[in-house]
Amino acid sequence: MNAIHSKLCRSILTCRYQMGDNRAHHAVFSKDAGRRVFFFSPGRISPDMLQTVALRGSRGQRQLFSDINVTIKPGTLLAVAGENGSGKTSFLRMLCGLLSPDEGAVLWQGKDIRQLRELYCAQLIYIGHLNGIKDDLTPAENMKIAAGLAGDDSSSEIVRKALEAVGLGRPIHTLPTRVLSQGQKRRVALARLWLSTRPLWFLDEPFASLDALATTYLTKRLQSHLSNGGMVVVSTHQELALPTDSVQHLRLSR
Amino acid sequence: MSQPSMTEALGGVVRRDLLLAMRHRSDVAMSVFFVIIVASLFPLGVGPEAAVLRMIGPGVLWVTALLACLLSLGRLFTADYLDGVLEQTALIPQSLAVLVIGKVFAHWVVSGLPVVLLSPLLGLQFGLDGVTLGVLTLSLLLGTPTLSMIGAIGAALTLGLRGSGLLVALLVLPLFIPVLIFGAGAVTSSVSGIGSEANLSLLGACFLLSFSFAPWATAVALRIALE
Repeated sequence: MNAIHSKLCRSILTCRYQMGDNRAHHAVFSKDAGRRVFFFSPGRISPDMLQTVALRGSRGQRQLFSDINVTIKPGTLLAVAGENGSGKTSFLRMLCGLLSPDEGAVLWQGKDIRQLRELYCAQLIYIGHLNGIKDDLTPAENMKIAAGLAGDDSSSEIVRKALEAVGLGRPIHTLPTRVLSQGQKRRVALARLWLSTRPLWFLDEPFASLDALATTYLTKRLQSHLSNGGMVVVSTHQELALPTDSVQHLRLSR
Repeated sequence: MSQPSMTEALGGVVRRDLLLAMRHRSDVAMSVFFVIIVASLFPLGVGPEAAVLRMIGPGVLWVTALLACLLSLGRLFTADYLDGVLEQTALIPQSLAVLVIGKVFAHWVVSGLPVVLLSPLLGLQFGLDGVTLGVLTLSLLLGTPTLSMIGAIGAALTLGLRGSGLLVALLVLPLFIPVLIFGAGAVTSSVSGIGSEANLSLLGACFLLSFSFAPWATAVALRIALE
């Protein structure tokens, strides 16, 4: 019985791989015995999507937003707008699970992210308004360590390509990040997007301190991620040069 | 999809923190010199009476090691918290408690291990004999990781607070007391010729206890600090 079970799982798995679609990351769940049941009831598989259900958030005594219901499907981008202090960062951190909501829940494939924990973390990249890079390490070292810790390929060649993709030339790779400009530091942080194959991206003001050229690089990268079936939530003040049918808007107001 | 194994994640954190410590060699040197100077002040202040020095030696050396650990606790999470690396660490698909063990280990290698290695030399200033020097080193080898583990809870709880340096001292010093008593007790009993096994065993028990509880408590405190 067990043998049939595992064989079936494997064949469905290969199927998914051959389909080559964005849902290939179901494969991760196959490692977890508890989730195998998904493969037996395809009708009940919640599609890859991120949902918020009646989400309410506050900082201290002040309520920031309430009753937010959004659904992010593969290939779409949610642009979160709002004044300063309207809770864009809190909203993004809540979607990552760094901040717990006052009420409501964030669901990934129909399951509460607080229950999924590490399984959910393996699906996402979060780039906050802090860059999350070490000033005393070089960009290459920063990237290598970040990729290694995320379980991605961290070979020098791949890291070099990622840094070049954000327009950081080779001489910069070996300087301490401390001596780089704000925009260059931001580029180093964003270079992680070129290393990873995770489907969910949460970007907090990614265009802040980027120049026009880097903005184009990033927009192109977002576009290719979306066309591969990725999902993006981005908080931004500027209009995105992306096809309008793939962009949803959410405006937080005080 | 990418998910690091436990050893990969642990190794990654340790490697990063040791690499950073290499770039900040002055920080490491400072805590080493702190221990040397404080331990040397006592013979200078108390006078060269060998019997007195032998009596106060174990306690002085242990308190010195404890203060050195306390001073270095501020470095454990603060930098990561300020540059956003901590929130990235919290999003690594591995248990945060495991990553905390990695951070504490790297911190101990940089701040505790030099004290352990230096202790026989410092013990000589207090006229301790060969066996006692061995016991002193062993007790510090068991005790300093325990101090780092317990200290990590305090460091995580006070993360992002104003005046956290003093608060962390108030929080963790009471918790350091059992380690100090058993550690200094092991050396004292060796000085007076009674076996030190009992105290060393208790010190080992403290280490195991802190190793099994502190990482989880620290991980919870870090998540709260990040909210």
